[in-house]
Amino acid sequence: MRVLVGVKRVVDYAVKVRVAADKKAVDLSNVKMSMNPFCEIAVEEAVRLKESKAATEVVAVSIGPKQAQETIRTALAMGADRGIHVQTDLRTDQELDSKAVASILSKICADESPDCVILGKQSIDGDFGCTGSMLASLMSVPQCTFAANIDFEKKTVERETDAGTEVVAFPSLPAVFTADLRLNEPRYATLPNIMKAKKKKIATLSASDLGVDLSSGNEVLEVFEPPDREAGVFVETVDELVGKLKDEAGVI
Amino acid sequence: RMPEGKKLNKKMLSRLISRVPRAAQTARSGLRAYTTHEQLPDEHQMIYEMCRKFADEELAPNAGEWDKKHEYPAAAVSQLGQLGLMGISVEDKWGGAGLDYLAYAIAMEEVSRGCASTGVIMSVQNSLYGGPVDKFGTDAQKEEFLIPYTTGDKIGCFGLSEPGNGSDAGAASTTAVSDGDNFILNGTKAWITNAHDASTAIVFATTDKDLKHKGISAFIVPTDSPGFSLGAKEDKLGICASSTGNLIMEDVSVPASNMLGEPGMGFKIAMMTLDAGRIGIAGQALGIASASIDCAANYALERKAFGAPISKLQMIQDKLAKMALARDSARLLTWRAAMLKDSGKSYTKEAAMAKLAASEAATMCAHQAIQVLGGMGYVSDMPAERHYRDARITEIYEGTSEVQHLVIAGNLLKEYQ
Repeated sequence: MRVLVGVKRVVDYAVKVRVAADKKAVDLSNVKMSMNPFCEIAVEEAVRLKESKAATEVVAVSIGPKQAQETIRTALAMGADRGIHVQTDLRTDQELDSKAVASILSKICADESPDCVILGKQSIDGDFGCTGSMLASLMSVPQCTFAANIDFEKKTVERETDAGTEVVAFPSLPAVFTADLRLNEPRYATLPNIMKAKKKKIATLSASDLGVDLSSGNEVLEVFEPPDREAGVFVETVDELVGKLKDEAGVI
Repeated sequence: RMPEGKKLNKKMLSRLISRVPRAAQTARSGLRAYTTHEQLPDEHQMIYEMCRKFADEELAPNAGEWDKKHEYPAAAVSQLGQLGLMGISVEDKWGGAGLDYLAYAIAMEEVSRGCASTGVIMSVQNSLYGGPVDKFGTDAQKEEFLIPYTTGDKIGCFGLSEPGNGSDAGAASTTAVSDGDNFILNGTKAWITNAHDASTAIVFATTDKDLKHKGISAFIVPTDSPGFSLGAKEDKLGICASSTGNLIMEDVSVPASNMLGEPGMGFKIAMMTLDAGRIGIAGQALGIASASIDCAANYALERKAFGAPISKLQMIQDKLAKMALARDSARLLTWRAAMLKDSGKSYTKEAAMAKLAASEAATMCAHQAIQVLGGMGYVSDMPAERHYRDARITEIYEGTSEVQHLVIAGNLLKEYQ
């Protein structure tokens, strides 16, 4: 089974982002970038499939500038076999939208014919959470999103929902899975694997050569920081609390 | 020296230039020197990031508890082995990661930033134990005494210091007497890191006291040998999660094939090993310094006094600036020493400078971190007091600061003679 994994280069989760002066985007200058945490979980799942012999090859794909290759290298150091870098200078945090990404990945999948695609459930910059579903739709294959556990033998997926987990069955492969937080705990890249990653191949393509519509369906009007959290209010009695919840907050 | 009365000419100039310290020749030989993490090549970047993540997630949250309980971090050490961090610069065929000393120095800083005790365990394993076995061992010795150690399955230690001599390493009084097939070792080694967790010790013993330091040889001694025992675990000020103690040898017999290197080569092996070890300890000290800076800077941004975060106060800024300067300077010295070693050049003076600068940076940064935290720096709720205690040993082991000065001066003067 060939597994294709998407790995996105995003602002590191620990960075305190700042809005750019023109309020049109996040300021990315000199900011630490890393692999999207949910993509790490996706890679880990794929590598485990290879270790259990369920998969024969893991291919890591990333879309972005030249530095996206570093993200692919991290996937290779975790155990992926080879990488595909789709080069674009469009900002992957806002100029390239989910539809464009899904279209690019769909083209890649047409060439690579993976049996299974694992993506992160969402990226921590865009947080759209749409790419997986859109890709499944373009490929006309089943989608199993927010996966907390995937059983390839039984062909079932345990999905996270707001009310808890539910188990769904997928009829066949190929299918698209999106990884949720509890799917697994990603490994640290070991030194020997970091060294081995050097020899693994990364193919480079240009996004504009793929014959895919890269235009965004969204237009960013403004990027701003959330309002500062206001101090709370102390109440004396339960009645006062209920009164405030009803009359002021309007939540009951 | 210029002959009197003669004017500087081209020939004299070239002779003067040949006296320029070797470090400046690096650029001409085409070697790239890295000065910041961003400049590092891909693998080193990945190693830096992996070690940092590992330290943040697995070491830093537990370091305080291990320190308080004086608990050997067995699980963390096992993870170090799995990650390939216990044999970083050993060749792949002996189970190592086949990387260079720059990678090792970077890894040491990040691991030690999480937990200085775990850092010293890693440093002793890589440089003091693995180093001499890798460099001077026969294939048979490497098979038995290197492979299980690069994986971290077993721990090694380095037995040079004795109760009677630390800095005075040439005065070793542990003896090794040959009976033909074996050597019988008698004596005590003191202050040995990893003593209580090691399966093998590299022991320096003299076969002929009259030859002074030329009579010292190195021996591979399994710690389960009859006659081999350990002194009580030392109750240290810092790096409490790593074990330190005496190695006591009473008629310990090792086969002659356990001699490491040639007879009489022991002192040289020790000195060469310490050169490399100093880069590791410099890395550890940098980690402690960095952890102190992290602690102090984060605290200063949060703690309010006089109506604003104390980070606004100039005296706090002065401290933070001095801390960063000391740490960054020491890091550059450390990376320089590592890169020289990696390119096969002589690096004794540079390694001594790195260790000296980094250890002094660690003690200064830890000291000032407590000062920035005020009362909070004095209690175990914050890690500053642990960094202070951990830092102190870096100015003492693997060559006291005083010895480092002598090494630097000695090598410097050689350049003028």
